[in-house]
Amino acid sequence: MLFDFAAILAFIIIAVLFVLVTLIFSWVVRPSKPSAEKASTYECGERPFGPSWIKFNIRFYVIALIFIIFEVEVLVLFPWAVIYKSLGLFGFVEMLIFVGILLIALAYLWKKGDLDWVKSNETNSK
Amino acid sequence: MLKEYIDAIKGFAERNLPVINVPVELWYIAWIFIFGGAILGGALLFAGLGAYVERRVAGFLQSRLGPNRVGPQGLLQFMADGIKLVLKEDLIPDAADKLLFRAAPYVLFIGTLGVFAALPFAQNIGITNINIGLLYIMAISSFVVIAIIMAGWASANKWSLYGGMRSAAQIISYEIPIGISFLLVIMITGTMNMHQIIEGQAGGLHRWFVFRYPPFTMIAFLVYYVAAMAEVNRTPFDIPEAESELVGGFHTEYSGMRFAMFYMAEYANMFAVSAIGTILFLGGWQSPLPFNILVPLGTDFISSNQFFIQMLIWLEGFGWFLSKVLWLVFLMMWLRWTLPRYRVDQLMAVCWKVLLPVAFFNMLAVGLWLLL
Repeated sequence: MLFDFAAILAFIIIAVLFVLVTLIFSWVVRPSKPSAEKASTYECGERPFGPSWIKFNIRFYVIALIFIIFEVEVLVLFPWAVIYKSLGLFGFVEMLIFVGILLIALAYLWKKGDLDWVKSNETNSK
Repeated sequence: MLKEYIDAIKGFAERNLPVINVPVELWYIAWIFIFGGAILGGALLFAGLGAYVERRVAGFLQSRLGPNRVGPQGLLQFMADGIKLVLKEDLIPDAADKLLFRAAPYVLFIGTLGVFAALPFAQNIGITNINIGLLYIMAISSFVVIAIIMAGWASANKWSLYGGMRSAAQIISYEIPIGISFLLVIMITGTMNMHQIIEGQAGGLHRWFVFRYPPFTMIAFLVYYVAAMAEVNRTPFDIPEAESELVGGFHTEYSGMRFAMFYMAEYANMFAVSAIGTILFLGGWQSPLPFNILVPLGTDFISSNQFFIQMLIWLEGFGWFLSKVLWLVFLMMWLRWTLPRYRVDQLMAVCWKVLLPVAFFNMLAVGLWLLL
Protein backbone atom coordinates (compact mmCIF):
# COMPACT_ATOMS: atom_id res chain seq x y z
CA MET A 1 0.00 0.00 0.00
CA LEU A 2 2.80 2.39 0.94
CA PHE A 3 4.50 1.59 -2.34
CA ASP A 4 1.34 2.64 -4.18
CA PHE A 5 1.38 6.02 -2.51
CA ALA A 6 5.06 6.35 -3.36
CA ALA A 7 4.07 5.73 -6.97
CA ILE A 8 1.50 8.52 -6.70
CA LEU A 9 4.17 10.85 -5.35
CA ALA A 10 6.36 9.82 -8.29
CA PHE A 11 3.49 10.69 -10.63
CA ILE A 12 3.25 14.16 -9.12
CA ILE A 13 6.99 14.59 -9.60
CA ILE A 14 6.71 13.36 -13.19
CA ALA A 15 3.90 15.85 -13.87
CA VAL A 16 6.00 18.74 -12.54
CA LEU A 17 9.11 17.55 -14.40
CA PHE A 18 7.19 17.24 -17.66
CA VAL A 19 5.92 20.81 -17.50
CA LEU A 20 9.37 22.05 -16.44
CA VAL A 21 11.24 20.23 -19.21
CA THR A 22 8.76 21.25 -21.91
CA LEU A 23 8.84 24.90 -20.86
CA ILE A 24 12.65 24.90 -20.71
CA PHE A 25 12.80 23.33 -24.17
CA SER A 26 10.36 25.90 -25.46
CA TRP A 27 12.38 28.66 -23.76
CA VAL A 28 15.48 27.50 -25.69
CA VAL A 29 13.89 27.35 -29.14
CA ARG A 30 11.33 30.17 -29.08
CA PRO A 31 12.01 33.77 -30.07
CA SER A 32 11.93 36.47 -27.42
CA LYS A 33 11.36 40.03 -28.55
CA PRO A 34 9.50 41.66 -25.68
CA SER A 35 7.98 45.10 -26.08
CA ALA A 36 5.79 47.27 -23.90
CA GLU A 37 2.82 46.74 -26.21
CA LYS A 38 3.06 42.95 -26.04
CA ALA A 39 3.38 42.96 -22.26
CA SER A 40 0.30 45.07 -21.71
CA THR A 41 -2.88 43.45 -20.47
CA TYR A 42 -5.29 42.39 -23.20
CA GLU A 43 -8.56 44.22 -23.16
CA CYS A 44 -9.98 43.82 -26.65
CA GLY A 45 -7.30 46.04 -28.15
CA GLU A 46 -8.20 49.04 -26.01
CA ARG A 47 -5.83 50.45 -23.44
CA PRO A 48 -6.74 48.72 -20.16
CA PHE A 49 -8.44 51.06 -17.72
CA GLY A 50 -8.59 50.67 -13.97
CA PRO A 51 -7.12 47.81 -11.98
CA SER A 52 -7.87 44.28 -13.13
CA TRP A 53 -8.44 42.92 -9.66
CA ILE A 54 -11.89 44.38 -9.40
CA LYS A 55 -14.74 43.73 -7.01
CA PHE A 56 -16.81 40.93 -8.44
CA ASN A 57 -20.15 39.41 -7.67
CA ILE A 58 -20.70 38.23 -4.07
CA ARG A 59 -22.60 35.24 -5.53
CA PHE A 60 -19.32 33.38 -5.99
CA TYR A 61 -18.71 33.60 -2.26
CA VAL A 62 -22.18 32.31 -1.41
CA ILE A 63 -21.77 29.41 -3.84
CA ALA A 64 -18.44 28.54 -2.20
CA LEU A 65 -20.12 28.52 1.22
CA ILE A 66 -22.92 26.24 0.06
CA PHE A 67 -20.34 24.03 -1.64
CA ILE A 68 -18.38 23.55 1.57
CA ILE A 69 -21.47 22.41 3.47
CA PHE A 70 -22.52 19.86 0.86
CA GLU A 71 -19.06 18.65 -0.04
CA VAL A 72 -18.12 17.97 3.56
CA GLU A 73 -21.42 16.15 3.92
CA VAL A 74 -20.66 13.95 0.91
CA LEU A 75 -17.19 13.20 2.27
CA VAL A 76 -18.65 12.31 5.67
CA LEU A 77 -20.94 9.85 3.90
CA PHE A 78 -18.04 8.07 2.15
CA PRO A 79 -17.03 5.83 5.09
CA TRP A 80 -20.72 5.28 5.86
CA ALA A 81 -21.28 4.04 2.30
CA VAL A 82 -18.42 1.54 2.56
CA ILE A 83 -20.08 -0.32 5.46
CA TYR A 84 -23.66 0.44 4.40
CA LYS A 85 -24.68 -3.18 3.75
CA SER A 86 -23.52 -4.37 7.16
CA LEU A 87 -25.21 -1.47 8.94
CA GLY A 88 -28.63 -2.45 7.63
CA LEU A 89 -31.74 -0.48 8.56
CA PHE A 90 -29.92 1.44 11.30
CA GLY A 91 -27.52 2.92 8.75
CA PHE A 92 -30.34 3.84 6.43
CA VAL A 93 -32.33 5.66 9.10
CA GLU A 94 -29.24 7.50 10.30
CA MET A 95 -28.46 8.62 6.78
CA LEU A 96 -32.09 9.64 6.32
CA ILE A 97 -31.81 11.97 9.32
CA PHE A 98 -28.44 13.31 8.24
CA VAL A 99 -29.37 13.89 4.61
CA GLY A 100 -32.83 15.09 5.69
CA ILE A 101 -31.32 17.99 7.65
CA LEU A 102 -29.23 18.90 4.61
CA LEU A 103 -32.21 18.68 2.29
CA ILE A 104 -34.05 21.07 4.61
CA ALA A 105 -31.03 23.36 4.31
CA LEU A 106 -31.21 23.05 0.54
CA ALA A 107 -34.93 23.83 0.57
CA TYR A 108 -34.24 26.86 2.76
CA LEU A 109 -31.56 28.14 0.38
CA TRP A 110 -33.88 27.54 -2.54
CA LYS A 111 -36.70 29.49 -0.85
CA LYS A 112 -34.35 32.35 0.09
CA GLY A 113 -33.29 32.60 -3.55
CA ASP A 114 -29.64 31.84 -2.82
CA LEU A 115 -29.56 29.19 -5.52
CA ASP A 116 -30.57 31.71 -8.18
CA TRP A 117 -27.67 33.41 -9.86
CA VAL A 118 -29.50 36.71 -10.09
CA LYS A 119 -31.21 37.37 -6.79
CA SER A 120 -34.30 39.39 -7.50
CA ASN A 121 -35.12 42.49 -5.45
CA GLU A 122 -38.37 40.91 -4.43
CA THR A 123 -36.64 38.09 -2.57
CA ASN A 124 -34.12 40.56 -1.14
CA SER A 125 -36.77 42.64 0.52
CA LYS A 126 -38.40 39.65 2.20
CA MET B 1 0.39 -3.29 -8.22
CA LEU B 2 3.33 -1.42 -9.70
CA LYS B 3 5.67 -3.16 -7.25
CA GLU B 4 4.66 -6.57 -8.61
CA TYR B 5 5.47 -5.56 -12.17
CA ILE B 6 8.84 -4.19 -11.17
CA ASP B 7 9.60 -7.31 -9.15
CA ALA B 8 8.66 -9.42 -12.17
CA ILE B 9 10.91 -7.38 -14.44
CA LYS B 10 13.67 -7.62 -11.87
CA GLY B 11 13.31 -11.39 -11.63
CA PHE B 12 13.31 -11.69 -15.40
CA ALA B 13 16.41 -9.52 -15.71
CA GLU B 14 18.25 -11.49 -13.03
CA ARG B 15 17.49 -14.78 -14.71
CA ASN B 16 18.33 -13.76 -18.24
CA LEU B 17 20.99 -11.07 -18.07
CA PRO B 18 24.53 -11.19 -16.76
CA VAL B 19 24.83 -10.06 -13.14
CA ILE B 20 23.94 -6.44 -12.73
CA ASN B 21 24.61 -4.69 -9.48
CA VAL B 22 21.94 -2.05 -9.25
CA PRO B 23 20.79 -1.02 -5.76
CA VAL B 24 17.19 -2.14 -5.20
CA GLU B 25 15.94 1.37 -4.40
CA LEU B 26 17.42 2.81 -7.58
CA TRP B 27 15.91 -0.04 -9.57
CA TYR B 28 12.44 0.69 -8.20
CA ILE B 29 12.71 4.45 -8.66
CA ALA B 30 13.93 4.07 -12.24
CA TRP B 31 11.11 1.73 -13.18
CA ILE B 32 8.43 3.86 -11.48
CA PHE B 33 9.57 6.73 -13.61
CA ILE B 34 9.60 4.60 -16.75
CA PHE B 35 6.01 3.47 -16.12
CA GLY B 36 4.98 6.99 -15.17
CA GLY B 37 6.57 8.33 -18.35
CA ALA B 38 4.68 5.74 -20.38
CA ILE B 39 1.35 6.77 -18.83
CA LEU B 40 2.19 10.43 -19.39
CA GLY B 41 3.08 9.65 -23.00
CA GLY B 42 -0.22 7.84 -23.45
CA ALA B 43 -2.15 10.74 -21.92
CA LEU B 44 -0.40 13.25 -24.15
CA LEU B 45 -0.90 11.12 -27.25
CA PHE B 46 -4.59 10.93 -26.39
CA ALA B 47 -4.68 14.70 -25.87
CA GLY B 48 -3.08 15.30 -29.28
CA LEU B 49 -5.22 12.80 -31.15
CA GLY B 50 -8.30 13.94 -29.20
CA ALA B 51 -7.77 17.51 -30.33
CA TYR B 52 -7.43 16.29 -33.94
CA VAL B 53 -10.49 14.04 -33.74
CA GLU B 54 -12.50 16.82 -32.14
CA ARG B 55 -11.75 19.19 -35.01
CA ARG B 56 -12.48 16.48 -37.53
CA VAL B 57 -15.79 15.55 -35.84
CA ALA B 58 -16.68 19.24 -35.65
CA GLY B 59 -15.92 19.51 -39.34
CA PHE B 60 -18.17 16.63 -40.31
CA LEU B 61 -20.98 17.77 -38.03
CA GLN B 62 -20.89 21.16 -39.70
CA SER B 63 -20.64 19.82 -43.27
CA ARG B 64 -17.03 20.77 -43.80
CA LEU B 65 -13.81 18.77 -43.84
CA GLY B 66 -11.76 19.82 -40.85
CA PRO B 67 -7.96 19.47 -40.87
CA ASN B 68 -6.91 17.04 -43.62
CA ARG B 69 -3.57 18.33 -44.93
CA VAL B 70 -0.82 17.21 -42.53
CA GLY B 71 -0.26 13.48 -42.86
CA PRO B 72 -2.86 10.92 -43.96
CA GLN B 73 -6.34 12.40 -43.35
CA GLY B 74 -4.63 15.15 -41.33
CA LEU B 75 -3.62 12.71 -38.60
CA LEU B 76 -0.35 14.50 -37.89
CA GLN B 77 -2.10 17.84 -37.41
CA PHE B 78 -1.52 17.74 -33.65
CA MET B 79 2.23 17.42 -34.17
CA ALA B 80 2.26 20.43 -36.45
CA ASP B 81 0.25 22.35 -33.85
CA GLY B 82 2.65 21.25 -31.14
CA ILE B 83 5.70 22.40 -33.07
CA LYS B 84 4.02 25.70 -33.79
CA LEU B 85 3.16 26.24 -30.13
CA VAL B 86 6.69 25.39 -28.95
CA LEU B 87 8.10 27.99 -31.32
CA LYS B 88 5.68 30.72 -30.21
CA GLU B 89 6.87 33.59 -28.09
CA ASP B 90 5.82 33.25 -24.46
CA LEU B 91 4.34 36.45 -23.09
CA ILE B 92 3.66 37.30 -19.48
CA PRO B 93 1.83 40.61 -19.01
CA ASP B 94 3.63 43.20 -16.89
CA ALA B 95 0.66 43.53 -14.58
CA ALA B 96 0.45 39.78 -13.89
CA ASP B 97 1.39 38.08 -10.65
CA LYS B 98 4.43 36.35 -12.18
CA LEU B 99 4.91 33.59 -9.64
CA LEU B 100 1.30 32.38 -9.68
CA PHE B 101 1.10 32.84 -13.45
CA ARG B 102 4.06 30.50 -13.92
CA ALA B 103 2.95 28.04 -11.23
CA ALA B 104 -0.56 27.42 -12.60
CA PRO B 105 0.37 24.89 -15.35
CA TYR B 106 2.33 22.80 -12.83
CA VAL B 107 -0.60 22.60 -10.42
CA LEU B 108 -2.90 21.78 -13.34
CA PHE B 109 -0.77 18.87 -14.48
CA ILE B 110 -0.50 17.45 -10.96
CA GLY B 111 -4.29 17.24 -10.88
CA THR B 112 -4.52 15.82 -14.39
CA LEU B 113 -1.81 13.18 -14.19
CA GLY B 114 -2.60 12.31 -10.58
CA VAL B 115 -5.96 10.86 -11.66
CA PHE B 116 -4.26 8.55 -14.16
CA ALA B 117 -2.25 6.99 -11.31
CA ALA B 118 -5.41 5.43 -9.86
CA LEU B 119 -7.18 4.22 -13.01
CA PRO B 120 -7.36 0.47 -13.68
CA PHE B 121 -6.78 -0.15 -17.38
CA ALA B 122 -7.29 -3.92 -17.52
CA GLN B 123 -7.56 -6.88 -15.17
CA ASN B 124 -4.87 -6.28 -12.52
CA ILE B 125 -3.33 -3.63 -14.75
CA GLY B 126 -2.95 -0.14 -13.43
CA ILE B 127 -0.34 1.92 -11.69
CA THR B 128 -1.75 1.69 -8.18
CA ASN B 129 -4.34 -0.41 -6.41
CA ILE B 130 -5.17 1.77 -3.42
CA ASN B 131 -8.13 0.97 -1.19
CA ILE B 132 -9.35 4.59 -1.18
CA GLY B 133 -9.22 4.96 -4.98
CA LEU B 134 -12.41 6.97 -5.41
CA LEU B 135 -11.68 9.30 -2.50
CA TYR B 136 -8.19 9.85 -3.87
CA ILE B 137 -9.54 10.71 -7.31
CA MET B 138 -12.02 13.21 -5.86
CA ALA B 139 -9.20 14.82 -3.89
CA ILE B 140 -6.50 14.99 -6.53
CA SER B 141 -8.78 16.24 -9.29
CA SER B 142 -9.49 19.33 -7.14
CA PHE B 143 -6.01 20.53 -8.08
CA VAL B 144 -7.48 21.51 -11.43
CA VAL B 145 -9.81 24.06 -9.80
CA ILE B 146 -6.91 25.56 -7.86
CA ALA B 147 -4.88 25.85 -11.05
CA ILE B 148 -7.75 27.56 -12.86
CA ILE B 149 -8.28 30.09 -10.06
CA MET B 150 -4.52 30.71 -9.96
CA ALA B 151 -4.36 31.24 -13.71
CA GLY B 152 -7.43 33.45 -13.78
CA TRP B 153 -6.41 35.64 -10.86
CA ALA B 154 -2.70 35.90 -11.68
CA SER B 155 -3.30 37.08 -15.25
CA ALA B 156 -4.50 40.45 -13.94
CA ASN B 157 -6.99 40.53 -16.77
CA LYS B 158 -10.70 41.14 -16.27
CA TRP B 159 -11.68 38.38 -18.69
CA SER B 160 -9.37 35.93 -16.96
CA LEU B 161 -10.65 36.86 -13.53
CA TYR B 162 -14.27 36.36 -14.54
CA GLY B 163 -13.44 33.16 -16.40
CA GLY B 164 -11.50 31.76 -13.49
CA MET B 165 -14.18 32.62 -10.95
CA ARG B 166 -16.99 31.24 -13.06
CA SER B 167 -15.01 28.11 -13.70
CA ALA B 168 -14.30 27.64 -10.01
CA ALA B 169 -17.95 28.15 -9.07
CA GLN B 170 -19.01 25.72 -11.79
CA ILE B 171 -16.50 22.99 -10.99
CA ILE B 172 -17.06 23.02 -7.24
CA SER B 173 -20.83 23.05 -7.69
CA TYR B 174 -20.82 20.06 -10.02
CA GLU B 175 -18.46 18.16 -7.77
CA ILE B 176 -21.33 17.48 -5.37
CA PRO B 177 -23.55 15.48 -7.81
CA ILE B 178 -20.39 13.60 -8.83
CA GLY B 179 -19.63 12.82 -5.20
CA ILE B 180 -23.16 11.48 -4.67
CA SER B 181 -22.89 9.31 -7.78
CA PHE B 182 -19.66 7.92 -6.33
CA LEU B 183 -21.48 7.26 -3.05
CA LEU B 184 -24.08 5.20 -4.85
CA VAL B 185 -21.48 2.87 -6.32
CA ILE B 186 -19.66 2.61 -3.00
CA MET B 187 -22.94 1.66 -1.30
CA ILE B 188 -23.54 -1.11 -3.83
CA THR B 189 -20.01 -2.54 -3.75
CA GLY B 190 -18.94 -1.67 -0.22
CA THR B 191 -15.48 -0.61 -1.36
CA MET B 192 -13.68 2.43 -2.70
CA ASN B 193 -11.12 0.29 -4.51
CA MET B 194 -11.50 0.77 -8.28
CA HIS B 195 -10.34 -2.76 -9.14
CA GLN B 196 -12.87 -4.33 -6.79
CA ILE B 197 -15.64 -2.08 -8.11
CA ILE B 198 -14.99 -3.43 -11.61
CA GLU B 199 -14.80 -7.02 -10.39
CA GLY B 200 -18.27 -6.51 -8.88
CA GLN B 201 -19.59 -5.95 -12.41
CA ALA B 202 -18.32 -9.18 -13.96
CA GLY B 203 -20.58 -11.44 -15.99
CA GLY B 204 -21.90 -9.47 -18.91
CA LEU B 205 -23.93 -6.43 -19.83
CA HIS B 206 -26.77 -6.87 -17.33
CA ARG B 207 -24.30 -6.92 -14.42
CA TRP B 208 -22.93 -3.46 -15.16
CA PHE B 209 -24.01 -0.97 -12.52
CA VAL B 210 -25.73 1.22 -15.07
CA PHE B 211 -28.29 -1.57 -15.61
CA ARG B 212 -28.19 -3.15 -12.14
CA TYR B 213 -30.87 -1.29 -10.18
CA PRO B 214 -33.13 0.17 -12.87
CA PRO B 215 -33.78 2.97 -13.26
CA PHE B 216 -31.85 4.47 -10.35
CA THR B 217 -28.28 3.62 -11.32
CA MET B 218 -28.97 4.69 -14.87
CA ILE B 219 -30.11 8.07 -13.56
CA ALA B 220 -26.98 8.19 -11.43
CA PHE B 221 -24.87 7.53 -14.51
CA LEU B 222 -26.60 10.34 -16.39
CA VAL B 223 -26.11 12.68 -13.42
CA TYR B 224 -22.44 11.70 -13.34
CA TYR B 225 -21.96 12.20 -17.06
CA VAL B 226 -23.65 15.61 -17.15
CA ALA B 227 -21.71 16.78 -14.11
CA ALA B 228 -18.47 15.40 -15.54
CA MET B 229 -19.03 17.38 -18.71
CA ALA B 230 -19.34 20.48 -16.55
CA GLU B 231 -16.21 19.49 -14.60
CA VAL B 232 -14.08 19.52 -17.72
CA ASN B 233 -15.69 22.75 -18.99
CA ARG B 234 -17.17 21.26 -22.12
CA THR B 235 -20.05 22.75 -24.06
CA PRO B 236 -22.91 23.12 -23.11
CA PHE B 237 -21.13 24.00 -19.85
CA ASP B 238 -18.17 25.93 -21.25
CA ILE B 239 -19.12 29.21 -19.57
CA PRO B 240 -15.55 29.77 -18.27
CA GLU B 241 -14.22 29.89 -21.82
CA ALA B 242 -17.28 31.34 -23.52
CA GLU B 243 -15.35 33.01 -26.32
CA SER B 244 -18.19 35.26 -27.35
CA GLU B 245 -18.25 36.98 -23.96
CA LEU B 246 -14.96 36.22 -22.19
CA VAL B 247 -12.42 36.00 -25.06
CA GLY B 248 -10.50 32.95 -23.76
CA GLY B 249 -11.61 32.83 -20.15
CA PHE B 250 -8.95 31.99 -17.60
CA HIS B 251 -6.24 31.39 -20.21
CA THR B 252 -6.70 34.63 -22.16
CA GLU B 253 -3.20 35.87 -21.29
CA TYR B 254 -1.44 32.55 -21.79
CA SER B 255 0.50 31.98 -24.97
CA GLY B 256 2.87 29.46 -26.53
CA MET B 257 3.66 26.33 -24.58
CA ARG B 258 1.96 27.52 -21.40
CA PHE B 259 -1.31 27.75 -23.30
CA ALA B 260 -0.67 24.30 -24.78
CA MET B 261 -0.50 22.92 -21.23
CA PHE B 262 -4.06 24.05 -20.56
CA TYR B 263 -5.16 22.67 -23.90
CA MET B 264 -3.58 19.27 -23.35
CA ALA B 265 -4.87 19.08 -19.79
CA GLU B 266 -8.43 19.65 -21.05
CA TYR B 267 -8.29 16.61 -23.30
CA ALA B 268 -6.47 14.48 -20.74
CA ASN B 269 -9.19 15.39 -18.23
CA MET B 270 -11.85 14.41 -20.75
CA PHE B 271 -10.26 10.99 -20.94
CA ALA B 272 -10.01 10.79 -17.15
CA VAL B 273 -13.66 11.61 -16.41
CA SER B 274 -14.85 9.25 -19.17
CA ALA B 275 -12.63 6.53 -17.72
CA ILE B 276 -14.07 7.06 -14.24
CA GLY B 277 -17.60 6.88 -15.66
CA THR B 278 -16.68 3.67 -17.47
CA ILE B 279 -15.17 2.14 -14.34
CA LEU B 280 -18.06 3.02 -12.06
CA PHE B 281 -21.04 2.34 -14.28
CA LEU B 282 -20.05 0.63 -17.52
CA GLY B 283 -18.00 -2.22 -16.12
CA GLY B 284 -14.50 -0.90 -16.77
CA TRP B 285 -12.57 -3.61 -18.60
CA GLN B 286 -15.39 -6.15 -18.28
CA SER B 287 -16.72 -7.56 -21.52
CA PRO B 288 -20.42 -6.92 -22.32
CA LEU B 289 -20.62 -10.63 -23.16
CA PRO B 290 -20.64 -13.18 -20.34
CA PHE B 291 -17.57 -14.93 -21.80
CA ASN B 292 -14.16 -13.95 -23.18
CA ILE B 293 -13.64 -13.74 -26.93
CA LEU B 294 -9.90 -13.87 -27.29
CA VAL B 295 -9.08 -16.47 -24.66
CA PRO B 296 -10.75 -19.56 -26.24
CA LEU B 297 -9.26 -18.49 -29.53
CA GLY B 298 -5.82 -18.49 -27.91
CA THR B 299 -6.19 -21.80 -26.09
CA ASP B 300 -7.74 -23.70 -28.98
CA PHE B 301 -5.76 -22.57 -31.95
CA ILE B 302 -2.53 -20.87 -31.05
CA SER B 303 -0.94 -21.99 -27.83
CA SER B 304 -1.83 -23.00 -24.31
CA ASN B 305 1.07 -21.11 -22.77
CA GLN B 306 -0.15 -19.58 -19.46
CA PHE B 307 1.66 -16.31 -20.01
CA PHE B 308 0.28 -15.97 -23.51
CA ILE B 309 -3.30 -16.52 -22.30
CA GLN B 310 -2.82 -13.96 -19.53
CA MET B 311 -1.66 -11.47 -22.15
CA LEU B 312 -4.79 -12.19 -24.22
CA ILE B 313 -7.00 -11.55 -21.17
CA TRP B 314 -5.27 -8.25 -20.54
CA LEU B 315 -5.43 -7.26 -24.17
CA GLU B 316 -9.14 -7.98 -24.38
CA GLY B 317 -9.83 -6.13 -21.13
CA PHE B 318 -7.87 -3.12 -22.26
CA GLY B 319 -9.66 -3.18 -25.61
CA TRP B 320 -13.08 -3.12 -23.96
CA PHE B 321 -12.01 -0.42 -21.53
CA LEU B 322 -10.60 1.79 -24.27
CA SER B 323 -13.57 1.36 -26.58
CA LYS B 324 -16.03 2.36 -23.83
CA VAL B 325 -13.95 5.34 -22.78
CA LEU B 326 -13.50 6.53 -26.36
CA TRP B 327 -17.23 6.19 -26.96
CA LEU B 328 -17.95 8.45 -23.97
CA VAL B 329 -15.33 10.93 -25.19
CA PHE B 330 -16.86 10.91 -28.65
CA LEU B 331 -20.28 11.52 -27.09
CA MET B 332 -18.86 14.62 -25.39
CA MET B 333 -17.58 15.91 -28.72
CA TRP B 334 -20.87 15.15 -30.40
CA LEU B 335 -22.77 17.08 -27.71
CA ARG B 336 -20.32 19.97 -27.88
CA TRP B 337 -21.00 20.58 -31.54
CA THR B 338 -24.73 19.97 -31.24
CA LEU B 339 -25.88 21.97 -28.23
CA PRO B 340 -25.76 25.70 -27.60
CA ARG B 341 -24.13 27.05 -24.47
CA TYR B 342 -25.97 27.54 -21.18
CA ARG B 343 -26.24 30.94 -19.54
CA VAL B 344 -24.40 31.23 -16.23
CA ASP B 345 -27.59 31.36 -14.14
CA GLN B 346 -29.05 28.37 -15.99
CA LEU B 347 -25.81 26.52 -15.35
CA MET B 348 -26.09 27.00 -11.61
CA ALA B 349 -29.80 26.14 -11.67
CA VAL B 350 -29.14 22.84 -13.48
CA CYS B 351 -26.67 21.81 -10.81
CA TRP B 352 -28.38 22.94 -7.62
CA LYS B 353 -32.04 22.58 -8.57
CA VAL B 354 -31.99 19.53 -10.83
CA LEU B 355 -28.91 17.35 -10.44
CA LEU B 356 -28.47 17.68 -6.68
CA PRO B 357 -32.05 16.77 -5.59
CA VAL B 358 -32.21 14.02 -8.20
CA ALA B 359 -28.91 12.60 -7.00
CA PHE B 360 -30.03 12.70 -3.37
CA PHE B 361 -33.35 10.96 -3.94
CA ASN B 362 -31.61 8.48 -6.19
CA MET B 363 -29.26 7.65 -3.36
CA LEU B 364 -32.15 7.16 -0.94
CA ALA B 365 -33.91 4.90 -3.44
CA VAL B 366 -30.87 2.69 -3.97
CA GLY B 367 -30.27 2.58 -0.22
CA LEU B 368 -33.81 1.33 0.29
CA TRP B 369 -33.45 -1.19 -2.54
CA LEU B 370 -30.26 -2.59 -1.03
CA LEU B 371 -32.06 -3.12 2.27
CA LEU B 372 -34.96 -5.05 0.75
